This record gives sequence, structure tokens and C-alpha cells, in this order.
Amino acid sequence: MNSKSLYQEVILDHNKKPRNYGTLDHASHHAVGHNPLCGDHLDIALNLKGEHIDSIAFQGESCAICKASASMMTTVVKGKTRKDAETLIKEFRDMATGTLNLDAEHHLGRLTVFAGVRDLPTRVKCAILPWHTLHAALNSVTTTSTEAEDDPMHAAIGDA
Amino acid sequence: MKIIDSTLKPQFASIFDVEAIRAEFPILKLQVEDKPLVYLDNAASSQMPQPVIDRLVRYQTSQHANINRGVHYLSETATAEYEDSRRKLQRFINAGEDREVIFTSGTTDSINLVMHGYGRKFIGAGDEIILTTLEHHSNIVPWQMLAEEKGAKIKVVPINDAGELLIDEYERLFNERTKFVGVLHVSNALGTINPIKQMIAFAHARGVPVLIDGAQAAPHMHVDVQDLDCDFYAFSGHKMCGPTGIGILYGKAELLERMQPFKGGGDMIMSVTFEKTTYNSIPHKFEAGTPPISAAIGLGAAVDYLSAIGMDAIAAYELELLHYATEQMSHMPGVRIIGTAAMKTAVVSFEVKGVHPHDIGTLLNQEGVAVRTGHHCVQPVMLRLKVPATTRASFAFYNTMAEVDTFIAGIRTVQKFFT
Repeated sequence: MNSKSLYQEVILDHNKKPRNYGTLDHASHHAVGHNPLCGDHLDIALNLKGEHIDSIAFQGESCAICKASASMMTTVVKGKTRKDAETLIKEFRDMATGTLNLDAEHHLGRLTVFAGVRDLPTRVKCAILPWHTLHAALNSVTTTSTEAEDDPMHAAIGDA
Repeated sequence: MKIIDSTLKPQFASIFDVEAIRAEFPILKLQVEDKPLVYLDNAASSQMPQPVIDRLVRYQTSQHANINRGVHYLSETATAEYEDSRRKLQRFINAGEDREVIFTSGTTDSINLVMHGYGRKFIGAGDEIILTTLEHHSNIVPWQMLAEEKGAKIKVVPINDAGELLIDEYERLFNERTKFVGVLHVSNALGTINPIKQMIAFAHARGVPVLIDGAQAAPHMHVDVQDLDCDFYAFSGHKMCGPTGIGILYGKAELLERMQPFKGGGDMIMSVTFEKTTYNSIPHKFEAGTPPISAAIGLGAAVDYLSAIGMDAIAAYELELLHYATEQMSHMPGVRIIGTAAMKTAVVSFEVKGVHPHDIGTLLNQEGVAVRTGHHCVQPVMLRLKVPATTRASFAFYNTMAEVDTFIAGIRTVQKFFT
């Protein structure tokens, strides 16, 4: 694919003005995600109220694809239940790795702007890292990595 | 490496016919994203010219059999070509004897050979190994493994902000426990050329042997191991127009003979019984099993090719490419070159303000430009210079000034895209 078309307006906008960027006081759940291949890292904190994600924030050092993915993720999962968030995590991962049928029913909505990463294998992990980190936070795992047994390319994440 | 007098440029350019050279590299005709390929990732791996490709085909179609075994025609032919290639490599680095040239699978394998063959035999508890901040992970990790196993210590030579070794500090690290020095000739991430001849002389005055990681030097300058007086010199074939899976370890015969074998198996033995095995003489002691014969012969063809152009001519031309790229980049707002040593090979690591290296790499690819992004297997350098990652353009003698222009224009496009 044309790699420029991945950098759509909405992705560039979220990169420049990331939403929910920062830290949370008294987060109930928290995780740090690493991509050791490029040194990127992402810190995700959230507050669960009952089964709902009441608030969520992220910060870290990453490329535009990763930062925009994290920013859009926080806006989408805020207010959702833990179960719905896990469904999105699975669908996003499947989309990024090219195994999701985008024509069938899914819940990704505007997150489909990231569908193009499936054609850029080296960038798939950039897009997935925030989701992988969110999954770790929801399951009270405090650090995670895109490599080894934690690799989202190899290990199933979410409820699947 | 000599700096070319700029008044000589026109004359030199006519001698160095880069277009004629490019015509011999089939892959350089490739289109990427509908743009002509601009290959600036030569420090990671270089491309292969037709004469080397032809040599591999000729070997595979008319000369292949296992070596050092059969009495038949093909085995004798393959053995002769393999040993002939060893002599080509010997001449290329001016080793005193061909038995001082060992075929390995690459620089990493060469360094591991020295760690196992020399380190495990001669380095013990409390001994110290001197490395530098600039080392590639391949010249750090094997020594850490050894230090852990033996209870030895690693001391590290610091660098300045330009990416140059602090030689005073290097000299201060020596004491009576210092048993080994490992240093790279040229930094893969920054291009710094280290003053290894001076460093080797200092170590030798204290009876300490020195291993040089020459992976980024051998492809770009004339290397003379006898003049350097290094004890070991390691480099890889695929960074110098040769195949992957082949590399060289040069070692002084006297040291190689005292070392223990690294890998056990066929070819490295004189006789085997279940009671005792007698090892073969060097270099065979270190070449267990069937080696990558075709790759070794291909590397011989590659150094023939490089020598025909001339390593001094290659070094001078690449320096012009470096100066041309550096000059333009140093005037670009928001662009910062990482690694500004006085003596450099044609490597430019850089940051673009507000843009992550991965995004730069992906967008430059859109312009057909291939660069490396990330930590370049030198995390200690990145930590020292306080950059998480960089983008690196690394040039070869088949790159052109016009390609430098395409690369620079590509960075401008990236900057525009992110503002």
C-alpha cells in the first residue's frame, strides 16, 4: 500500500494533539508497555468504576502511529465496560494483523483508519502496543512487551 | 582515511565512474513505491554486484562438492577455490599468513570464537576486559557472558558528545588485572573512526591483546592488520558486497595456536578416538563442520571486486558523499546530526525535531529511500547521547550525489508532513 495513506488526517491530528495524555491520580489499574525493537514505551492508567472504565490516561515515548492509536483508544474505551474493551482489543489486533473481516460485523468504527498497518509488517506492533498495554492493565499485569511470550503477534490476547 | 583536496574533485570524479559501477549492481535498478530505489542502509548490509553473483552461480553450477574430503575432481576443485578465497582475504587485509585467516559465519561468530577460544582459556576471576561505549551489542554480550562465567570485570571507555572515544580515559582504565581489549574500528551507529593503532600500541606496551571489530571498517577503507598490529580482526562478508553467512576472523598465528577450539566436529580434528581427540592445525582447528563454501568463494570474489576499484578510491569517494550530506543537513532547521566526530565514515545518524524515527523511515520509504531506524544495536550509545532512537543513512561507493539530494528532499517532505 501507499504508506502515506496510513498517515491519514485523523492519525496526524491525534499525534499532534493526543487526547487523554497525562497521568491519573489514584488509578485503580496501570501498566507500562514496551516495544524493545524500537525502545518505545507507553504508560496507561485507568479507573474502573464497577465494570466500567471511568477514566483513562496515557503517556510515553512513541511514534505517530502508536501515539495516535493510544489517543483514539482512550477516547473509544472511556465509559465502556471491561468486557466491551476486551472485545475491541481483540478486534483491533485482528484488524492490524489482517485476520479481521472488515466487511463482517465489528465494533471498531473510526478505528478502522488503522487497517492499513496490516500491509506494513514492521509497523503493526506500533499500532497494537497501546491495546496490548490496556489489556495488561485491565488484567492487573503491570508491565508488558511486544516481544517474547508477551508478543501480541504470537500470543492470543483478549477473551479469544 | 585521507581527506580529498577539493581542488582535485573534478579530476577525481572522472576517475571514479559511479554510473559504471552502479550498472554492475542489478538491485539498484529496482523501483520502490514507484520511485527509483535509493539504498542508504549499507551499514546494515550492502548490495551485491554482478561479478560476485556470477561467481556464486559458476561455483554452484560447475565446482560444488564438499571440501577437504573427496579425492574426486569436484571435491579437489571446491577445496582449491575455497583455499584460494582464503588467500584473497589474506591479501585484502595484508595478513602475514593464510592460516591466520579463519572463515566464520560473520563478525558476531568471529567475536564469539575469540571469547570461547581465547577468553575462556586465558581470562579468569578478577581479570578485567576493556570495551568502549561505542561497541555494537555483538562485542558486548559475549564478554558479559564470559565475565559472568569467570567472575571477570568489564571496564568501559567513555565517549564525548561528538561520539569520540576519550583516549585519556582509555589509558587510565589499564591496571595489572587488564587482560583483554575489545574495540570497534568504526562505529556502526555514528560512523566514528577510532584511533585503534594508537590504542593497540598502548595495550601491547602492557602485554594486553586487542580484538578489533572491523565490521564497519573493512568495507570502507584499506585495512592492514600487520600495520595495525591487532591480535584479532573480525568482519562480515555481507557488508562488503559479499554473501550473508560468511565472515572472517584474522588472528595472529601464535595466539590462534594457543587457543582452544570453539566448535567441535568434523574438519577440525587430526584424529578421534573415544579416549582422545587431537585437533587439526590452524585455521582448520576453528572451522568445524562443512563451512559455507559458496559464500566463502563469493566473499573472495567480493574483495577482488572492491580491490579492483581500490579501497583508497572508495574511501575518498564515500567521504565526498559524507561531506555533501553533512553540509546540507547541518543547515536544515529541526535536523540534528548525532555523531560529529572529526574522523568519520559515510554514516549520518540524525534526529528530526518532533518526528519519531519510525515515522521518518516509513515516509522516506515512500520516496524510495531505504534508511535504518531504531537503536542500531548500540543501546549504550543511545543512552549516553540521550536519544531513544535515531534515523541512520549509511552510504556506499555506489551511491550518488543525486541520491543524497533525494534523501535530503525526503527529509523536507517528512518535516512538511508533520507540521
